[in-house]
Amino acid sequence: MSSSVITANHGVVAHGDAGHHEHHDDGSKTLLGFWIYLMSDCLIFSALFASFAVLCNATAGGPTSKELFELPYVLGETMLLLFSSFTFGVAMLNMHAGKRNKVIGWLFVTFLFGLGFIAMEVHEFAHLIHEGAGPSRSAFLSSYFALVGTHGLHVSAGLIWIVVMMHMVGKFGLNDVVQRRLSCLSLFWHFLDVVWICVFTIVYLRGVL
Amino acid sequence: MSAHHSHAHVADHQHANHGSLKSYIVGFALSIILTFMSFGCVMSGAVPHDLVMPGIMVLCVAQVLVQLVFFLHLSAKPGQRDNLSIGVFTVLIIAIVVVGSLWVMHNMNVYMMHPATQSMSSSIG
Repeated sequence: MSSSVITANHGVVAHGDAGHHEHHDDGSKTLLGFWIYLMSDCLIFSALFASFAVLCNATAGGPTSKELFELPYVLGETMLLLFSSFTFGVAMLNMHAGKRNKVIGWLFVTFLFGLGFIAMEVHEFAHLIHEGAGPSRSAFLSSYFALVGTHGLHVSAGLIWIVVMMHMVGKFGLNDVVQRRLSCLSLFWHFLDVVWICVFTIVYLRGVL
Repeated sequence: MSAHHSHAHVADHQHANHGSLKSYIVGFALSIILTFMSFGCVMSGAVPHDLVMPGIMVLCVAQVLVQLVFFLHLSAKPGQRDNLSIGVFTVLIIAIVVVGSLWVMHNMNVYMMHPATQSMSSSIG
C-alpha cells in the first residue's frame, strides 16, 4: 500500500507536475535526506577526531601542538566562521521574506567571510609546511592535517555552492527549487560551524594546554 | 487521507521553524560569548589548571547545543522529530567510535611496553 503511494508520488514529480501537496512533501523529504547525509558526514569527522585524539601525542620527536599553534590566530578564524554563520541566517530570513536582491547580497557577505576563513587556513598550513611541520613529519601532524584539511575542503565546497546559489537566485528568483536548495546549503553551512567548534576545542585549545 | 494530513502538518511546522532575526541574534551572541569564554579559559591563565580541560569541554558542548537550536532549528517539535532522532542516534555512534578508540588504544599503550621502557629493560638485561 505505502509503496504504491511512493511510486505514485515519484510519477508525479518525474512528470514535473508541481501539485501543491506533492511539492511540499518533496521538499521536506529532501531536507530529511540531506540531514541524513550530514549525519553520515558527522561519522567521517568522528573517525578523524578519534584518530587525532589517539595520535595527538605521537610527535615522533617533532614539534608539538604547544609549539605550533597560535591561539589568537585561531580565534580570528573562529570569528570569521561565526560571522559567516550569522550572515547566512540573515540571508535565509530574507529568502523567507521573498527579498531576492538582499538574499544575493547576504550570500555574498557570507562568501567573503568563508573565503577569509579559507585564506587564513591555507596561510596557516603553508606556514606549518614551511617550518618543516608538514603532514609527513609525524603521526600527530598527519592526523591534524587530515582532520582540519577535511573541514577546510568542506568549507571550500560550501563556498562553491554559495556562488552557484547566488547565480541561481539571480537567474530563477526564489522559486521552490531554489528555496529548497538554499535550505540544504543553510544546514550544510551551519553544520560546518558546529564541526569547527569541536575542532578549535579539541585540536587547538586542548593542544596548547 | 492520513498521509495528506501528515504532509500538511509537516509543511506547517516547516513554516514555524524558520527562526526569526531575534533568535539568530541571540544564538550569535551566545556563540560569541561561549567562544571567548573557551579561549579565555586557556589564554588568560586565570582558571585553575585542573578545571581548564573540563571547562572547555563543557563550553564546547554548550556551544554545539546553542548552534543546533538557534541556527539549525533542531527541536522536539513534531516536524523536527525525525531529524532529532537521527541526530541522537548519530551521537550514539560517534560516542562509540571516539570513546571506543580512545579506550582500546589507551589499554594497548598500557599493556604494551613503551619503546623507551623496552630499550631500558634490554640495556639492563
